[in-house]
Amino acid sequence: MIDGLLIGSVYGLAAMGLSLIWGVMDVINLTHGAVIALGMFGMYLLFTAFHLNAYLLLLPVIAIGLIFGTLVYWTSVHWVIGRPQLSSLLSTFAVNMIIIGAGTAIWSTSPYNVNFSLPGFTVGLYTFTGNHMAAASAAVIIALALELFLYRTRPGKAIRAVADNREAAELMGISSTTVLALAFAIGIALAAASGALVSTLFPFTILSGGSYQLKSFVVTVLAGLGRPLGALFAGLLLGLLEGAVTPFIAVSWIPLIEFGLFVIVLIAFPKGIFAKAAA
Amino acid sequence: MKRFTLTTLSVFALLLTSSVAQNINIGFTVSKTGALNVDSLEQYRGFELWRDQVNAAGGIKASGKNYKVQFVGNYDDESNVKRVQQLYTRMILQDNADFLFSPYSSSLTATAAIVTEQYGKIMLTSGSAEGKTYTLGNHYLFQMFAPATEYLKGVLDMLKAKDPKATVAFVYEDASFSVAVVTPAKAYAQQLGFNVAFSEAYAPNTTDFSAIIDKVIAAKPNVLIGGGHYPDGSTLARQLYNHKVNLKMITLLVAPDSPQWSELGDAAAGVVVPSQWEPQTAFKAEYGPSGADFAKAYTAKYNVPPSYESAGGYACGMILQRAIEQAGSTDTAKVAAALNATDITTFYGKTKFATAPNEHGLQVGHSMVLAQWQRDKSGTLVKQVVWPLAGKSANLVYPIH
Repeated sequence: MIDGLLIGSVYGLAAMGLSLIWGVMDVINLTHGAVIALGMFGMYLLFTAFHLNAYLLLLPVIAIGLIFGTLVYWTSVHWVIGRPQLSSLLSTFAVNMIIIGAGTAIWSTSPYNVNFSLPGFTVGLYTFTGNHMAAASAAVIIALALELFLYRTRPGKAIRAVADNREAAELMGISSTTVLALAFAIGIALAAASGALVSTLFPFTILSGGSYQLKSFVVTVLAGLGRPLGALFAGLLLGLLEGAVTPFIAVSWIPLIEFGLFVIVLIAFPKGIFAKAAA
Repeated sequence: MKRFTLTTLSVFALLLTSSVAQNINIGFTVSKTGALNVDSLEQYRGFELWRDQVNAAGGIKASGKNYKVQFVGNYDDESNVKRVQQLYTRMILQDNADFLFSPYSSSLTATAAIVTEQYGKIMLTSGSAEGKTYTLGNHYLFQMFAPATEYLKGVLDMLKAKDPKATVAFVYEDASFSVAVVTPAKAYAQQLGFNVAFSEAYAPNTTDFSAIIDKVIAAKPNVLIGGGHYPDGSTLARQLYNHKVNLKMITLLVAPDSPQWSELGDAAAGVVVPSQWEPQTAFKAEYGPSGADFAKAYTAKYNVPPSYESAGGYACGMILQRAIEQAGSTDTAKVAAALNATDITTFYGKTKFATAPNEHGLQVGHSMVLAQWQRDKSGTLVKQVVWPLAGKSANLVYPIH
């Protein structure tokens, strides 16, 4: 269960990016999985080049994620904002395919590893690896930093204002275009950061983002749209669920349970379980 | 002038036609991408080295003719069954493949075999141990690997000799090859009196083994046997090491045979792998190069030592070459008859195919060895043959920690 909680925080961080973009812009970002994979490769390349502590390298990954997110926003997303949702779905799906195609050409689909490990601690027969604990701590710190940014800073408040009511925000002098670009860039940077954290735990390929994208959808639905901190809690809940049920059933059944939960939550709590609590 | 040009063109066309006729087209796919990439590439290098050596020596000689070996296709199957089905059909119908080699892995080969049998083409299979495909009444399918049922017998026999009271856990990939290997091994373990404390299959794309590892720890086995292919096997070994699971022996399928395995460092040490061939296994070759010559040429060309997938790939070519020479023809029926009669020892070991209709093409001559990654005096990780005892290059390290 502790393992589940630790990995759950990384699921939560991944989902925060998706949730932010979905909530603020009403765009279902299908580049999410591909960007998670890019975050993994970003960490791999930086680690191979500099051999620094992998968790310090998160900062440049986030910075590159922000730049990349801005670029994707202006090239592919800005033009479809306000159009039917299918347009943004297709547009982000196209970017996803471009990233996967280019990634496969460069790195093939062979597995890569970030060979960095921190010492863990042992309780009885069980050992908790240092990387799991460091990744979970980093995920929580980034999530809290985002929450502070959204509630305590001017640009953060502008993002929330645009999410609540774009027209009213514009009447108050907020440039919604700049705010949308910023929100998209932050969402992409969060996805890249979660990918970078996952790369310190498990081997990965350019296709590895897909499964985390699916988990992000489950977490986002659990949390409710546009509630980043709720996504962190929902991620922890999902991780906890995985950790709690696996001793009793074969691991192959986990996706069935996760997506069963997804359907139940959609029916019973269409606005997400945390959204209901907040209301 | 016009007449001269026509004559020149006719001679040129004739030369061109005759040179095309002198080629033997061999088709296969390679998993250039996807989960089987590492092992498939090693198999391909075996094919390639054989082709280059044969062509450098003038080609395959049969009935006074010299046939140059030409690879057609060489497509990327993406480790994907659907692609294999499309591409093997394409190689036969559009690329005019005379003979085929299998893709890598049991599941891809099972699909390719349906296509090659449908079109009556000979396919030699390497990297494909699952035996069921050979019980379906095929006529032109010939297996180079010892079948799946043989993979873990040696491990359990060795364990019986070393630690007859050991408790065993099976953790394996839920794929046709590993299931075909582990199912008879579990029965054999129980037959030998071992307590099988835990057994679970995992999805082929698993990267997080923590849940399964927690269950293994709770079951307290001494020995873990399982794995599947490179990505999952290497990840499982790394996570077993990071979680400090108290095991006396770890045996994993396929993955530890790759030279890349040593990159896992301490997590690689002590891991045992059932192997179709190791450079240390000294068979006296009645045909083709010696093991030492093969390993030397391979290492010189690719800068890494050959794995058993590489040796299997080379042996595929070598056995086909011999069959064409014996048949004196490239005619499918005659070459198939020569393959049916094959009973020969090469550097790769003995090769003999079952000819009974209910198991036609199954490999019945080849035997396996067990290799273990050990540190030599300088601390470098090297693979040593530890079983059978008659052919060992080092003693088994047991327990590993």
